Amino acid sequence: MEATTAARPQGTSERTRSERRLGWMLCAPAVIAMLLVTAYPIAYAFVLSLQNLDLRFPDESGWAGLSNYQTVLTSSLWWQDVGNTVLIMVISVAIELALGMAIALVMYRAIFGRSVVRTSVLIPYGIVTVVAAFAWQFAFAPDTGFVNPALGTDKAWFGGHVSSLAVIIFAEVWKTTPFMALLLLAGLTTIDEGLYEAAKVDGANATQRFFRITLPLMKPAILVALLFRTLDAFRIFDNIFIMTRGAFDTESVSILGYNQLISRTNLGLGSAVSVLIFICVLIIAFAFVRLLGVRMAEGRPGG
Amino acid sequence: MHRKQHQHLAGLTILGLAIVVLAGCGGGAGGGPATLNWFVATQPGGTIQEVAKRCGDQSNGRYTIDVQLLPTDASQQREQLVRRLAANDSSVDLIGMDVIWTAEFANAGWIKEWPAAQARQVTKGVFPSVIETASFDGKLYGAPFNSNTQLLWYRKDLVQKPPKTWDQMISAAEKLPKAGKIQVQASKYEGFTVWVNAMIESAGGKILSGPESVALPEKPTEEGLTPMGKLADSSAAATNISTSDEDTARLGFEDGSSAFMLNYTFAYASAKENAPDIAKNMGFARFPQVTPGRPSKPPLGGFNIGVGSYSDHQSEAFDAAACVSNTKSQLTATELDGLPPSNERLYRSKVVRTAYPGFAQLVKHSIEDAAPRPQTPAYQDVSLAVQSALQPPSKIDPDDPTPAYDDLRSKVEDAVKRKGLL
Repeated sequence: MEATTAARPQGTSERTRSERRLGWMLCAPAVIAMLLVTAYPIAYAFVLSLQNLDLRFPDESGWAGLSNYQTVLTSSLWWQDVGNTVLIMVISVAIELALGMAIALVMYRAIFGRSVVRTSVLIPYGIVTVVAAFAWQFAFAPDTGFVNPALGTDKAWFGGHVSSLAVIIFAEVWKTTPFMALLLLAGLTTIDEGLYEAAKVDGANATQRFFRITLPLMKPAILVALLFRTLDAFRIFDNIFIMTRGAFDTESVSILGYNQLISRTNLGLGSAVSVLIFICVLIIAFAFVRLLGVRMAEGRPGG
Repeated sequence: MHRKQHQHLAGLTILGLAIVVLAGCGGGAGGGPATLNWFVATQPGGTIQEVAKRCGDQSNGRYTIDVQLLPTDASQQREQLVRRLAANDSSVDLIGMDVIWTAEFANAGWIKEWPAAQARQVTKGVFPSVIETASFDGKLYGAPFNSNTQLLWYRKDLVQKPPKTWDQMISAAEKLPKAGKIQVQASKYEGFTVWVNAMIESAGGKILSGPESVALPEKPTEEGLTPMGKLADSSAAATNISTSDEDTARLGFEDGSSAFMLNYTFAYASAKENAPDIAKNMGFARFPQVTPGRPSKPPLGGFNIGVGSYSDHQSEAFDAAACVSNTKSQLTATELDGLPPSNERLYRSKVVRTAYPGFAQLVKHSIEDAAPRPQTPAYQDVSLAVQSALQPPSKIDPDDPTPAYDDLRSKVEDAVKRKGLL
């Protein structure tokens, strides 16, 4: 100990510099990989979105300026799909938050079999989305599914706008509520038990304890969970692709992008859709981070 | 110490990268037969593997064929192929092309035109309607392999005489207390476009008059759309009509709930295996007429074999394509997978008559008179436009089909010019 302390004045700069260099070298592969896999595709998508580029018509390519954006933004289909996506996003995230909170409380309070409870709750989240989507599609099939006999109806679930959306949202909620619950559970565990005991001594009942202690202290955790799920839900694709393929006006913006990019191989128009989706995601993220920053600062003195 | 560790680490990183890079460019040239990759949709009966092996064995060591199976869904097959072809993938030697891809692939320069001598050889005896699907701009781009068409399947125990027209069929079905459903394909997918095209053509109309010009004459088009809207509004529509495809149609017929079904020839073999009681009473007739007295134009499906433009083994590939689509291979497809031959002379053969007991000639006439779907490089756009304008068919008001017609027309017009979002 003493020897190192004595050596420090001389060795510091040399060692710090070399450590810093080592740090950069260790980071370099990750930074380069990040640039390659995220920054490059985003920039490339933006460049493509300024071009007329359809793989099926190689002779007709050229610069298009902002005309692809004009096409997308003046199309009623784009706005209808944005509406659908926001609707699915708001409803599914709201339900997930309420359900996730309930499940998190159960997981937190479970006295025995805690690990079994936590693992089993997570199962839906572990299932591949496409597989889950197929499973629910079969379950809601009018003739062969188990849902209709269970409810005593013979409804064609995928035969209308509202009922298709309801099934899509249901499958989305079923799939991702565990994720929400897990994030909320992490928030719950950070609350000091002593606060509850003190509140109990003061005569606060369970409802008061939940609204006066749990919720305020969990605000940051709730906002993080909401941010993750909202961004995720905005990009909803698998469930819709499997269940309706966008029939009955259930198309989301991601399906719209897929149709232009993959089915029509119209890279210009498709990239414009992708860039616009990216901008929407950025706006949502910034709004949340804004909110998050404020809330965290607000919560600090109290907590 | 530190420096040595850095060097060690850097060395490891470079080594790692080198391995990744080298692993990416494996393979290499060698002597012996050329290996041709045949990208094709899987057939459950094993036709593809069988003919690939036979042709390889018969090539006297010139080539062997490696089968690369594609998904069963036509749109997904196309998506995988387009991704490879647009990237100039030289591993695509032979392509099992759905009849609707020819114009798109040929126009983009992804497939090779057939040399005149071989073109004559592979089209000898083939139905003109099928040759049309394999051609673009007057040139042949595919060797016709199997064809396909839809028949009207009905229950002989419920219906004495098959209906001649769509109107007759719908009213006959509505009168049946049980099993009064009509099975069609009306989900939002290519199968729906197949139905729309057959209806418009049967009424004497056409979707396109050229690769970039819209036909859609108003009166016949509306006449063709009316029965679709009528069926969607009727009690004869299956509950799942708006998500129905070939398979749900088959299931709906096999479970006994339906008196009528429009479906491809596989439906007969399927019913014989899964629902023998239903198959016993399974009658067949030609695709119903839209306008009484005007012969219907049934749907046309099938696969043609194309040769990839970026293939390193083109002369072998043309020979192989000719072999996997020759009459012997076509009969293998009929025998193992129940697929109708594209060569009209094969319809007297024992294999075809066994596969289609009593209806071999019906299948033949149906393919002869069938209406191919539009031939245009923008086919995908046109098909998406048709689907977004008319699916679900309940969008068509049978008493006033004009709004549906107007929507269809404006969407198809945008689609051939590839304007706007779809």
